Amino acid sequence: MNKVLFLAHLRDEAGEESVQLDLAGKTVADVKAIVAESYGLQKLDSAMTAINEEFASNEEVIKEGDVIAFIPPVSGG
Amino acid sequence: MMYEIAKDPIDIQAVIDKVVQREAGAITTFIGTVRELTKGKKTLYLIYEAYEPMAVKKLEQIGTEIKERWEGAEVAITHRVGKLDITDVAVVIAVSTPHRADAYEANRYAIERIKEIVPIWKKEHWEDGQEWIGNQLETVAYPSGKPEEGDLNE
Repeated sequence: MNKVLFLAHLRDEAGEESVQLDLAGKTVADVKAIVAESYGLQKLDSAMTAINEEFASNEEVIKEGDVIAFIPPVSGG
Repeated sequence: MMYEIAKDPIDIQAVIDKVVQREAGAITTFIGTVRELTKGKKTLYLIYEAYEPMAVKKLEQIGTEIKERWEGAEVAITHRVGKLDITDVAVVIAVSTPHRADAYEANRYAIERIKEIVPIWKKEHWEDGQEWIGNQLETVAYPSGKPEEGDLNE
């Protein structure tokens, strides 16, 4: 299983802070499509993706146990 | 800890003290504060949220990048999260270097990089509503790469 985190506006949109999904073997791009569809996330395209707290490209493949987080454009500072 | 996410008000002097070194001829401090007016719109308060473990890692990465570019630099960064009122301190960056020009440049680099790669977001609360703010730079972040020439002048 994989933990998927929704942060900032994505959490408000998804209505959940995190969910457990079985995503091993899928690419980041696959995961984005699945999650956007399942949770009705409009702006997931503009978010980056982190796997285990490091930015990941759309081609990267998810492994069992990886923690996935969608990172909307940041606004710290 | 040189890189921190803090839930309580930031002790500015404590951040500065972390970069004190005998080799330094300069320490620059950047203090980011909550502004009341943005494009004429009045902010009542902000909520800052961080993906904390990753935010700390990305602050560390910024420190590493600075040390590679400016020899002898020491860096400390604390970013606050939670509810912040107008004039509250949101971020403190302290950089010490042997010579002052480097301390100014490296400090500027740190705040610009924070706005690109550190997973922290602010939610603006106005009199007539609220909204998560994203992409203040109106550029696409490049998480693994270096900022390109000109990024520091935006």
